[in-house]
Amino acid sequence: MEHAEIIDCELAVVGAGIAGMAAAMFASNRGVSTVQIGRTGEIAFASGLIDLMGVHPVEKNRISENPWSAIEALVKYSPEHPYALLGKRKILDSLNETIQFLEPFGLNYQSRGENNSLIATPAGTLKPTYLVPSSMWSGVQSLKDKIRCTIAGFQGLKGFSPRQMANVLEHRWPGLQPVTISFPVASCAPEIYPEQLALRLDLPEQRHHLADLLGPNVRNTAAVGLPAVLGIYRSEQAIADLEQFLGIPVFEIPTIPPSVPGIRLKEAFSAGLLRNRVRLLHQLRVLDVAPANGMKFHLKVGRKDPELIIKASGVILASGRFLGGGLHAGKNGIRETIFNLPVRDPVVRESWHHMNPMDPRGHPINRAGLEIDENFRPLKKSGVPAFENLFVAGSILANQDWMRMKCGCGLSIATAFGAVEAFTASGLR
Amino acid sequence: MLRTQVLIIGAGVTGAGLARDLALREIECILVEKQDLNAGASGANHGLLHSGARYVASDPESAVQCRIENELLKRLAPHCIEKTGGLFVSVEGDDEKYSAAFPDLCSASGISALPLTAREAREREPMLTDRITAAYEVEDASVDPFRLSLSNVHHALSLGAVFLRHCEVTGFEIEKGLIRRVRLLDASCGREILVETQQVVNAAGAWAGSIASLAGASIPILYSKGTLLVTGQRLSHRALNRLRPPSDGDIVMPGGTVSILGTTSIRIESLDNIAPTVSEVDLIVEESKALLPSVETTRFIRAFTGVRPLISQTGKCNDRSVSRGFGLLDHFSDGLENFTTIAGGKLTTYRLMAEKAADLVSSRLAGTKPCLTGHEKLPDPPACRWTEPGSSPKKWFESGKLQTMMLCECEMVTAGTVDIIADCLRETGEKPDLRALSLRSRIGKGPCQGTFCGAQVTAYLYERGLSDSNQGLKELREFLIERWKGIRPILLDMPLAQAELQEAVYCGFLCLELPDSGDMESLTISVESIVNGTC
Repeated sequence: MEHAEIIDCELAVVGAGIAGMAAAMFASNRGVSTVQIGRTGEIAFASGLIDLMGVHPVEKNRISENPWSAIEALVKYSPEHPYALLGKRKILDSLNETIQFLEPFGLNYQSRGENNSLIATPAGTLKPTYLVPSSMWSGVQSLKDKIRCTIAGFQGLKGFSPRQMANVLEHRWPGLQPVTISFPVASCAPEIYPEQLALRLDLPEQRHHLADLLGPNVRNTAAVGLPAVLGIYRSEQAIADLEQFLGIPVFEIPTIPPSVPGIRLKEAFSAGLLRNRVRLLHQLRVLDVAPANGMKFHLKVGRKDPELIIKASGVILASGRFLGGGLHAGKNGIRETIFNLPVRDPVVRESWHHMNPMDPRGHPINRAGLEIDENFRPLKKSGVPAFENLFVAGSILANQDWMRMKCGCGLSIATAFGAVEAFTASGLR
Repeated sequence: MLRTQVLIIGAGVTGAGLARDLALREIECILVEKQDLNAGASGANHGLLHSGARYVASDPESAVQCRIENELLKRLAPHCIEKTGGLFVSVEGDDEKYSAAFPDLCSASGISALPLTAREAREREPMLTDRITAAYEVEDASVDPFRLSLSNVHHALSLGAVFLRHCEVTGFEIEKGLIRRVRLLDASCGREILVETQQVVNAAGAWAGSIASLAGASIPILYSKGTLLVTGQRLSHRALNRLRPPSDGDIVMPGGTVSILGTTSIRIESLDNIAPTVSEVDLIVEESKALLPSVETTRFIRAFTGVRPLISQTGKCNDRSVSRGFGLLDHFSDGLENFTTIAGGKLTTYRLMAEKAADLVSSRLAGTKPCLTGHEKLPDPPACRWTEPGSSPKKWFESGKLQTMMLCECEMVTAGTVDIIADCLRETGEKPDLRALSLRSRIGKGPCQGTFCGAQVTAYLYERGLSDSNQGLKELREFLIERWKGIRPILLDMPLAQAELQEAVYCGFLCLELPDSGDMESLTISVESIVNGTC
C-alpha cells in the first residue's frame, strides 16, 4: 500500500456500464480529467438498443408511440422520475452527443424520427425501442412493411431459434422462412457462442463462407435476418459484404446475453475514452473511500487489495443496482455499497416483489435506489446532499423502473449527462 | 368415452403407486391428474425416507409402518434412494425429557437408534453445532419423490395403464349408489372426456375433500401448509433431525447435491394461492441454525410449499400431533358403493397405502390377484433418471460424450437428456412442453432459476418442431411464473441479483410481461399503429 500509485484527477467515475461509460464520455468531451473504475462484464448484457421510454403507464402495459410525449406524461404523473430533472432538450443533446461519439467506431443508430420503433426479439415478441443500431434497421423496416424475410440461425447457438420467431410472429410478420445453418467455429464443439462467431465474422473469408451457406436458402425472400453476431470490430463491413454477396438487405436480431452489440458498445466506448485520455481502470473496484466535504475524495482501488489511490475533486457514482453491485439487499434492508448512502427502500421485505413476476405494475423494489437533488447529488435522510462533490447517474437512481418502462439506456445516458453538467457547473474542478 | 375398471384421481406418489399396484394385479386403470405428477405434497417435501424415529412418541403406529416400508423400499426401489443414514440431535435448551425417553420409545417400535457422543456426532457431520446435548444414529434415508412417482407411473403404463395429465374431474354420474361415469375436463384442449368405470379411487391428497364433495361425500380433512427451503450446496451427509417434539425447522435433509431445510406448519382453510412467504423462510433459517450454524450464510436457491392433508380427529388442535397415519375410507356411509378415498400418510408409506387401497378395490372386483409391490422390484427406466440434484453432470461425465449441447448450464442438462424425456413423453401421447420437461429433469432448478435454460430449452423445442404457434412462449411464461413462487421469498443478496438479471432479460429485453397480440384490444391497436406507422 505504501507503494500504491496515486492518481490525481478532477473526476472519478465509478461504474463501467452504460451510465459510467456515458459519464466518462461527457466529462472527457468537456476537458475534465477523468478516471473510470469498474467491471465491464455487465455491459455485455446490453442488447445494443437505446430505449428511451417504451411503455407508459406501466400498470396499463401501454406501448408508447412517441417516447417524448410519454416522458412528458410520465413526469407530470410522477415528477420524482429522474427524467423530470432534465427536460427534452438535455435528453436529446445527451443522445446526440453519444451517437456522435460512437460513430467513428462503426456504431451507427437510426430511429423513426422522434417515434419509437418495434423490433422483433428472438423470443418472437416485439419490443418498443427508440434508437436502433443500423445493423438491425432493415429488420425494423421489414417488420413494419411485413416483408417476407429469411431468419437464419446457427446450429449450436443456444437461445436463438428461427422457427420460434417464425411461429410466434406468424400473424405480425407473416411468411418468415426459418433456416438453421451449420457453421462450425471449432471443429468438434456442438455449442457455439456469440462472441466466438462474431470474432470469426470480422474476417473477410469467413463472411464469404457464411454467404455461400446462406445463398441457397434466401432465394425467395427479400431480406435476411441473423442473430447479432456479425462481427465485433468490423460489423459494418461484415454486413455490407454479406449484402453484396447475397444481393438483399441483411439485418441483425438482438440476442439474449451474452450480447455482441453490448460488447461492441464496450469496445467503442473504451476506444473513445482512451482517445479522450480517460484513465480506464476496468475490472478494478473501489475498495474503500475517504470522503470529505469540500476536499478531494480518496478512493482506494484494486481487485482484492488496494493497488491505486485516486484523489478526485468529484465522483460520479454509476455503480448500478443489485446485479452491478451498487446496491446490496440483506435482511436488514438495502444499502448502497460504496458510500453507504441512504437508500429509498420500499417498506417491508414481504412487499419488495409482487406475487406475479410479470405483474404490470413492476416490483416495488425496482423503484428503490438513491434519491437526488436537482444537481444529481444523493441526499441524506434529512434531505440535504450527502456530499457537495458526489453525483449519481444510471440505474441506481430511485423512482424509476427501467425494465418495465423500457428506458434503460436513455436513462443512463441522460442522467450521466445531467451529473456531468452538475459537476462542471459546480466549480469544484 | 373411455372405459376402465378403476379410475384413480390424483397422480401424487400414492396415485402413481396405486396405478402400478393395480396394473401388476392385471386390473385396468386410468390415472387422472389435474396438473402433472407430484403437483401437491408428493412433490413438496423433504424427500426423507423415515426410519420411523420421528414418530416414536407422537404416533407409534406410523413409526412401525415407516420402519417396515423403509426397509422394503431400500430393497425394492434402490435407484430412488440414497442410504444416507440419519442423526437425531438435541441441542442446549431442548426438552431433556424427550431425548431421555427417545431410545426406549425407538426400541419399543423396533427402530434402531445408536447413541453417539457429541464428538462422534460431529465427526460424522462436521457442520453440526458444538452445543449438542444428545445424539442418536438412525436408518433414515434420502428418497427422490419425483423419480419414485415417475418410475411407478412408467411401470404402470408399460403394463397397460393410462395416464391423463392436465385432466380435472368436474363431476360424477351416480346411479343408485354407484358412480357410473366420471366427467373430466382436458385443460390442454378444453374438451370434456367421459370415463365409464367400475371403481373410483380418490387419491387427490389435499384436494381429496373437494373430490369427495363432488361425489356427495365428505371427508374430515385438515390442511397444514408446510414450507421448505433448498440450499445451493449439500450441507450434510445424513438426514439431520432435531431431537425434540416435532416442530418448525426440525430437519435438514440432503438430496443429491443440495439440502432441504424445513418445515413450517400453518393451518390453512383454502388451497388457493399457496406460496412460501418471507416470514416462513426466515423462521426456517432461524430454527435450522440451532443444528447447523452455517445456515446463516448459506446461499438458498428457492423455497417451496406443500399442503399436508391430515385426516382430522376431534379434540386435537396441534397439526403436528394429528396422526400422520393414513385413512382408507370406503364411503358406504355416504351411500356410495364403488368410491374409495385414500388420504393422509406420508411419502415413506406410499406403497403400503397403495396396497391397502388396491386390496379394497380388488375385493370389489371379481377374480383378481394379490399385491405384488411388496416383492417385485420397481423398474428404473432411462427416461426417469434425471430428477436427482447433481445426477445430470454425473451421467454426462460417465457417458464419455462430453461434446454435447448443454441446455441448462447450472444443472448440466444436455440436449440429449431433453430428447430422451421428450421422446418418452411422446410415446405415451403427451406433449413434451417446458414444464413437463422441467418436472422430469433439473431444468430451471439451479442458481439461475430458468433465466438462461428457460429461453434455451424453449428455442430448442421450437427448433425440434416440438413447439408451434405461440404455445412455447406461453409455456415459457407459465414456467417462469411457477419458478417465481419459490424464488420470491428468498430474494436477498445473490439470489436478488440473479432475479434482477432474469427480469432484465425477460421483461427489459424480451417484453414477456406485455400481453400477446389479441389478449388486449387496446394494446393490439397501439402495436398495430406502431407497426404500420399510422397512429
